[in-house]
Parts: sequence; structure tokens; C-alpha cells
Amino acid sequence: MELVHSYENPSLLKRLSAVDWGYALLVLAAAAYTFVLYGDVLDYYEKLILAGAALGLVALGWFWKPWRAFFPASGALALAGVSLYHGDLGRAQTAFWLKYALSSQSAIMWMCTLFFLATAVFWVGLIRRSDTLQKMGSGLTWSAALLGLTGLFVRWYESYLIGSDVGHIPVSNLYEVFVLFCLITALMYLYYEAKFAARQLGAFVLLVITAAVGFILWYSFDRQAHEIQPLIPALQSWWMKIHVPANFVGYGSFALSAMLGIAELFVLRDAQRAETAGDEAQPGWFARRLPSADVIDEMMYKAIAVGFLFFTIATILGAMWAADAWGGYWSWDPKETWALIVWLNYAAWLHIRLVKGWRGAPLAWWAVIGIFVTSFAFLGVNMFLSGLHSYGGL
Amino acid sequence: MKTSKRQAGFGSSLFELLSSMRFAIGLLTILAIASVVGTVLKQNEPYPNYAFEFGPFWFRVFEALGLYDVYHSAWFLVILTFLVVSTTLCIVRNGPGFIKEMKGYRDKASNVSLQAMKHSVELDGNIKPEKLAAYLSAQGYRFKVRERDDGATLFAAKKGAANRLGYFFAHIAMVVICIGGLLDGNLPLKLGELIGKVVPETRDIPQSQIPEPSRLSAGNLSFRGNVTIAENRSADVIFLNAGNGYLVQELPFIVTLKKFYVDYYSNGMPKLFASDIVVTDKKTGKETPAKVKVNHPLIIDGVAIYQASFGDGGSPLQLKGWNLAQPAMAPVMLRGTSLASQPLTANGRDYQLEFGELRVFNIESMGGEAGGEKSFSERMHDAREVKHEKALKNVGPSVTFKLRDAQGQAREYQQYMAPITQDGADYLVSGVRSEVAKPFQFLRLPLDDDGKLDTFMRLRAALLDPALFDQIAARTTAKAMQSQAISPAMQQQFQSSVKWVLARFAQGGFNGLETFLDDRVPADKRQAVAQTYVKILQGAVVDVMEVAQARAGVKPLTPDAKHYRFLLDSLVGVSSLHDYGSPVFLQLTGFEQVQASGLQMTRSPGKNLVYLGALMLVIGIMLMFYVREVRLWVLCYGDKVRVAMSSNRHSRDLDRDFARHTESLNQLVRDA
Ligand code: HEM
Repeated sequence: MELVHSYENPSLLKRLSAVDWGYALLVLAAAAYTFVLYGDVLDYYEKLILAGAALGLVALGWFWKPWRAFFPASGALALAGVSLYHGDLGRAQTAFWLKYALSSQSAIMWMCTLFFLATAVFWVGLIRRSDTLQKMGSGLTWSAALLGLTGLFVRWYESYLIGSDVGHIPVSNLYEVFVLFCLITALMYLYYEAKFAARQLGAFVLLVITAAVGFILWYSFDRQAHEIQPLIPALQSWWMKIHVPANFVGYGSFALSAMLGIAELFVLRDAQRAETAGDEAQPGWFARRLPSADVIDEMMYKAIAVGFLFFTIATILGAMWAADAWGGYWSWDPKETWALIVWLNYAAWLHIRLVKGWRGAPLAWWAVIGIFVTSFAFLGVNMFLSGLHSYGGL
Repeated sequence: MKTSKRQAGFGSSLFELLSSMRFAIGLLTILAIASVVGTVLKQNEPYPNYAFEFGPFWFRVFEALGLYDVYHSAWFLVILTFLVVSTTLCIVRNGPGFIKEMKGYRDKASNVSLQAMKHSVELDGNIKPEKLAAYLSAQGYRFKVRERDDGATLFAAKKGAANRLGYFFAHIAMVVICIGGLLDGNLPLKLGELIGKVVPETRDIPQSQIPEPSRLSAGNLSFRGNVTIAENRSADVIFLNAGNGYLVQELPFIVTLKKFYVDYYSNGMPKLFASDIVVTDKKTGKETPAKVKVNHPLIIDGVAIYQASFGDGGSPLQLKGWNLAQPAMAPVMLRGTSLASQPLTANGRDYQLEFGELRVFNIESMGGEAGGEKSFSERMHDAREVKHEKALKNVGPSVTFKLRDAQGQAREYQQYMAPITQDGADYLVSGVRSEVAKPFQFLRLPLDDDGKLDTFMRLRAALLDPALFDQIAARTTAKAMQSQAISPAMQQQFQSSVKWVLARFAQGGFNGLETFLDDRVPADKRQAVAQTYVKILQGAVVDVMEVAQARAGVKPLTPDAKHYRFLLDSLVGVSSLHDYGSPVFLQLTGFEQVQASGLQMTRSPGKNLVYLGALMLVIGIMLMFYVREVRLWVLCYGDKVRVAMSSNRHSRDLDRDFARHTESLNQLVRDA
């Protein structure tokens, strides 16, 4: 009998299914087509980024299976939107599908609506301990993310309709990165939700997304911030394309971990109450509904680990960009300095957990405080401090 | 963490402290707090700003603490140094243990110790060594087989040793990055200042007169400074910020600015800043032409040249000087250069005319959208629209200047060259302020049909000329009689009123009239009297204009609404010139733009070290997070097989792995 064989850890390639290969082919074909269409206007670095993005997307799809459906679906929606424009931006107000669904702003407004709905459904699901409702919550979160990504893709195209010199990837101002933040936080949550079978946490995580959505709506309706502006010279750099998304993976996972921290604190509080009451059979309201503190704790650690890695990379990319744009890789500009503070904060968190072996409430509190430090680096610096990063202002 | 053999003594306890996690976390916290200080207080501002903000006492305290340049202050550098030391010692302390861990298989583990592990189980039966070996290899483990004296066989397996490698990468990276940063920092300069070899210059004197202790040779290892070069000029030094003063850094080459460009998008936002420069090597004379743009520096001789800022480089200006004290005098032509000073004599007094910057473009937002509440559908419409036509407008060139009198008092003026159209009429706009911190107060002088100031000035001359008032008053009165606005009985009184109002206005403008009202007229009547005065003035100004035109021999203005508005605007203009505070009105009529480009130049030999450290850091973090170090022991003795596992980090994954391996090994045992 060839038992040994069946115990083998099959290598990655052997574990891939036909769907994986199909997906990879699709992504590579799309990248190749992009290359044929725009190869002439892309510079050397942009070609590298295109190739890197294609490989990265393939890897992401192989690593996280739902991505294989999510990404192509969003791409298809975006292409449908783009094809409806016929090269005329004005059609966003006239063509039915653009007006109500697929123009970037409509898609983003749908994203906002769906996130609100998802939050509500998650909470009702949590209160009534209904798995069905929580599944619906996940479904709504998926669709919100889908429209968010579609909206960003279409916005990218729209920027080129405004002027060929105006066109740029939509990660250049506060409005755009807020959409990106919602999208990334939601997707990361969906990943961990499936991995830890912890759908009950959606109610908590979606709160931070809702807050961001509230900001987006205010920013758009009150400040007209959704207008596409051309790039000032300092932002005309291919570094921006990778620096900003990497940063937002960091911010997204720190936000996620803070919300998990809150959930964990509630569960721990319930556990403690049950203990003092001497009635362990009667866990509290949250403890009955949420996963165990251990599970949340581990999710929180995983989120911070990913966030720390990406934040490190983003800060390094930022330094390399600064070396091109401002004459030095580190200028102690307030944004840079706060990035360092955020980074030091989580470095200390990781040491305490991994080296000192702490768990539970102190680290959960720390993660919650972390989001305030992070928010200050993200928003506070733009609002209260001046520096070289002045374009992200409110 | 492993602690090495404890030895008594100060040295070893110091080592213990510095290399401890506690200390490291403390340092990270202090570093974070110290960094916050530097972001709250604006860094590297000119010292007088701080003195103004904090008052003399706190200014001195903060200066002593180095708060104006936190990140280069001695105490901040000390924190960084401690971090380097602490991390280094941490590596030294943990390193040997970790290396041993990476190499070793822990193949001396006894049954007892295996049994004591959290993940440990005993299986009944035997397992064939070849099968076990094949299984372990297939699972990606490396292992060592040890035959024990007691006849037992131990398979000590492990994988993921790279996790420990990650520790080395990440922590050595920190040291490497800090060393790179220190290389590029200004530590040598600080030391130089400390021993007095380097003395920052605080005076504003020509570059060539700056003494030797404030100059740094081209051989300087690392620097970062700025220089502003006007078009067709050259520079071979840059200026480094040094506390309250600056230092001069010699360059190994000469940089000549050929041309500076700014491009704008159609909405007025800047699109491109670029300089065409030529770099001439001082030794070889080799010339390198290049274009430097934002985000695209030129790297030459190990020095990187960046587009950092831009401005006026001293542009020749043409101005028309209207003597305000002698309104009938024809204007004189004047030449000047922006950013330069020149003497000016007006009406027997000496002034200093200090030109500021010439700005060729002035992009202004011309008011927002129409007000009013928007309906929901309008709001939705706007929310869908990613492109809005902004009311941005280029209002054309402007120049600022200060006019300083012999006592040193100065007022600042801002002159726009192009007419500014408001509600269909053209005006020349000029701003004035008595203090730099105040906003400009703008006055608008109406332009005539030819777009010139001449008609206004002619009117002004007549308005200020008492010799004409009798004639004017007579005309106005005659007209009033004709239109039966006044009765013949009032003629005399009306005529003297007109004259009186004109004289008052000539003395002090509308303010003069108001002062009179406040002094002489009871409060309840003021409103009515003021209205009468204004009416009289508005009627008389038509006649003033006619008289002025006739005197100059030009044909009268056609009486229409547009010209009437011109006259009313002129009254306001004449009135506000009373508070203008300048003996002359200098109208900007032409210029030749000479631009200047601000270039930043850096030499940072530590950069590559920092990048190397950054790469190591990322690799290290990835290894530490995503490679799990796992050990697996299989001890075969008699009819039993003990399986135990451990990992340097407890996690759920280990539980799962352990369950999986136990099950598989159980199969192997049964099959044996
Ligand atoms: C700014 C400085 C530092 C940074 C950014 C840093 C970063 C990290 C990171 C990201 C980890 C990974 C946690 C893990 O997954 O194992 C780690 C682990 C660790 N750090 Fe640091 N560290 C720094 C300074 C120090 C210092 C000064 C010490 C010495 C006391 C130290 C001791 C350790 C130890 C012992 C580990 C665990 C290694 C292991 O067990 O695999 N670190 N560090």
C-alpha cells in the first residue's frame, strides 16, 4: 500500500484545481490585453507594476479562493460600466445603468448603502442569534465590497475621460482612500471570518466601516470631495500606486484588530462576571453570542501581524518615494513621524505578545488604543499638523 | 528568552538591563513620545517666530531643550543610540542560543520530558523506521535518528528553522537602518559645533563674505541643503539649515539654471515644475545638461539635485508713477527690479522702494456656486458628478513692494497689472497694509473706456482743486434749477452747500464728511443730512468730470449709465486714496519675467545601507510571522510509540498539526 503518499503535504501546484488555473489564465490574459492596449504609454516601472499586479492577483486568488470569483466579477461590472460611457463622461447622468448603478459615484453610493444594511443585518443577527441573518450580513458585505472595487475601477477610467493628462489611479486623495479603506477592511474581515468561522464578529467590524462610510457621505455631499482632481507634481509618481494601497492594508487591519479587541473585551467581561457570580453555566449576553476570547485573540493577532508587515512595507516604499520627491528618505515630516509612531506601537504590541506571552484584556485594550494612534496618523495629521504631506487635507 | 549564566557585578547587570525586552519596549515608547513632540511643534522655523509665539522665557527654555529641531537634538540622538545598543545587545544575548536552536535537533529528549509536553501522546504498536523516515521527509521535516542505549529509537524532527533566521534579519536590520541614518544625519556637524570648529552664520550677508568656520568643504560626507538660482545664473554652494543660522556647503560642481518651467492643468492647478540646468564639474570642466522635475532628481557625483521650489528671480519691471500729492501732474515712467530696493524721491522727501516678488499667475477662486438650498435630486445629481467646473480664474500678474520713509516706517502694497472685471466694469486693483501680519485692504480704481487710469486721475485732480469749486458749484446749481429740483430762493444756499461739500470731500473723502457729521450734527438728523450730502456729491461729480475734461481738452463722457457708474466708482476711489498712505500710486505696466528655481541637493551615503536594512527587515518580519518553527519527536520503544510536538509559539495551528500527525502516525503504526 502506498500510504505514505496519501500523507504527503501535496505541493502548492498539485493542490491547484482547474478553477485556479482558469482564474490565473483570465488574469494573465487581462494583463496581456492591457499590455497590448497601453504598452506604448506605460513606462518601464509601470510595466513592472502591471506584471507584478497580475502575479499578485493570481497568487491572491490561489491563496484565498473566494477572490477567484470576486475579482473577475468586479472586473466584469467595471468593464460593463466603462463600455456604457462611449467616451462621454456626461452619460453618467443620462444612461440608465450608469446613472443608477455603474458610474463610479453610483457604485460607491451603493457600496455605502450595502455597508449600512450589512451592519444592521449583522446586529439583528447577533441579537437574535440567527445564523441565517449573519450569513446575509456576510453576503451584503461581499456585495458592498464588490461595488466598492467596481466603483474605484470605473473612477479610474472616468479620470481619463476628464482629460488624458488628468487620468490617474484613484488612490490620490482622502475621498478615494476612504473608499479603499472600507473595501480593504471589509475584505480582510471576510477572509478571517471564513478562516475562523467567526461570522458573529461582523457586527463589530462593520461598525468601523460604517463610520468610514458616514465620513464618505459627508465628505461627498457636503464638501463635493468626490470630484476628480488632476495630480499635483509631487503625486505624479509610480510609487504612489504601491505606497498608498500597502498603507491601507495596514490601516485596514489595524482597524479590524481594534474592533476585534472591543469584541474580545466584551467577552472577557462576561466571563469575569460569570466567574464572580460563580455561575459559569450562565455566560453573559456577549459570551453567549460571540466566539471564545481565545479565537478572537488569535484573529486579532493575525490581523495585526499582516497589518504590521504591510505597514512596514508601505513605510519603506514611502521612504523610497520621499527620496525621489523630497530629497531625502526621511525628513521627520509629521506624517512620516506618525507612521513611525504607529509602527513602534505595534512593534511593541507584538513583542509583548510574542516574547512576553501576554494575552487577553491588556492586549485587547492596547489594540483599541492603537486605532486612535492610527487614526491620528491617517487623519489627525492632515487636520492638525502641516507638513510636506499637505495634499490629503480635509 | 534564554538568560546566559548569571554573574554578579555591575557590568553584567547593565548588560542584562540593556538587552532586556523591558528596556527595549521602554525605549520604543520614549522614542514614540519624543517623536510626537516634534510633530506638535513646527520644526526649523526662523527663531524670531518662536520667540514671538512663546515669549522670551519659554523661548529660551524650549531652545535649550532643542525643541525647534527635536530630531537632531542631542537627547534624541541619545535615545536612538540606546536603541541601537539595546538591539545589538539583544542580538548578542539571544544570538548564540538561537543559532544552537536552529542547528540542534533536541535529540537528547527523554521520554519523561516528551511526556511532559503539552502535545504528547502514546500510541500502541510499532512503526517501521523507513516508513517513518519517508513520512517525515514527505512532510517537509528534517530529522536525526538516535539509537538509545536502552534500545529505544528517537526520531527528532524539525522544520521552520528560518523563523529564527527571521529574528536575526529583522533585528540586525534595525541596527543597519539606524547606522545608515546616523551616517546621513548631522552628527559630525553637531560635534563640529560643539568643539567650535563649525559656526553657523546668522547674518544675512553675501555668500562670498561668509567666514571660513561657516563653510563646509566639498568633501563633506553627507549634507542636505538648498539654493535658489535665477535664470541664467549659477551657484556652486548650497545653504544648510543650522539652528538659528545656516552653513555654506561647497559643491564639487557649478549649477547653472537655463530655464524654469511651470505648466498648469486647464483648471489652474499646477501640472509640472521643471528646471533646465547645466552642471559643470569644477575639476574637469565637463558640462552635463539635464532637466530636473519633481519626482525626477538628477544624480551626479553622488549628489542628488531636486526640484524643490520656485519663485521670482528678480525681474525688470516698468511702472507708471502717479504723484498723488500733485494730482494734476502727468505720470512719470519708473524702472525697477523685483526683489531689489531702490531710492525714490517724491515731493522733496526720500523713500526706499523695496520690491517683493513678481507673480505672473494669480489663480483665484471666483466665488462658489449659486447659493440656496438644493433639492434632493440636485444633491444626487452633484454626488454623481465627478467633474465640476470650478470658478478658478487667473487674475494676472502682480507685484508687491514696500515703501519705507526716512523714519523707517513702511507700508506694503500689492499691485495687479491687468484690469479686473466686476459686474461688467473694469478696475485696477491695489492692496495696501500697514503690517505684514494683516490682510491687504484692496482699493478699486475704475478704468476708462481705453482701459486706462487717466480719466480717473483727471477727475481726481479736479475734485481736489479748490480753484474749480466755484465754477462747478455754479454749474450744478444751474442744472438743479433747470430741472426744478430747487426753488430760485434756494439758489444761493444750494450753491454754497455744493461748494462746501466738495471742499470737505477734497479734504478727507467720505470719512471727512462723516467726521463732520459726527461732530456737528445731532444723531437723529445725521442719516438725513448724510443722504443729502451724498446726493449733492453724486450730482456734482458729473460737473466735475465735465470741467476736468474741458480743461484737458478732451471730449466729455457720454452721459449714460456706464459712465455714471464710472463716476460713482471714482468717488469711492478718490476717497479711499486718502487712506492709501503713499505719496505716489505706482501702476505696474510691464515686466520681463526672470524666474528662479529652488534646488535641493543632498548627499546621503547612508541611503543604500538604509535600503539594505529595510529589505532585511521585511524578509525578517515575513520569516518570523509566517514560518512556524515546529519540532516533532517520535520515540519508538518496545511496543510503544510516543509522539510529541512543540513549537516556539503556541497557536491553534499546532493543535491542528498535532492531531493530523497523530492520526497519520497511528495509521502507520497499525499498518506495521
Ligand atoms: C525597533 C526595534 C525592534 C523592532 C522593530 C523589532 C521587531 C520585532 C518583530 C516584528 C518581532 C516579531 C515577533 C515575532 O513574530 O516573533 C520581534 C521579535 C523579537 N524581538 Fe524584536 N524588535 C525590535 C527590538 C528588539 C529588541 C531591542 C530586543 C531585545 C530585547 C528584541 C527582542 C526580540 C525577541 C527576543 C523576539 C522574539 C524572537 C523569536 O522568538 O522568534 N527586539 N521583534
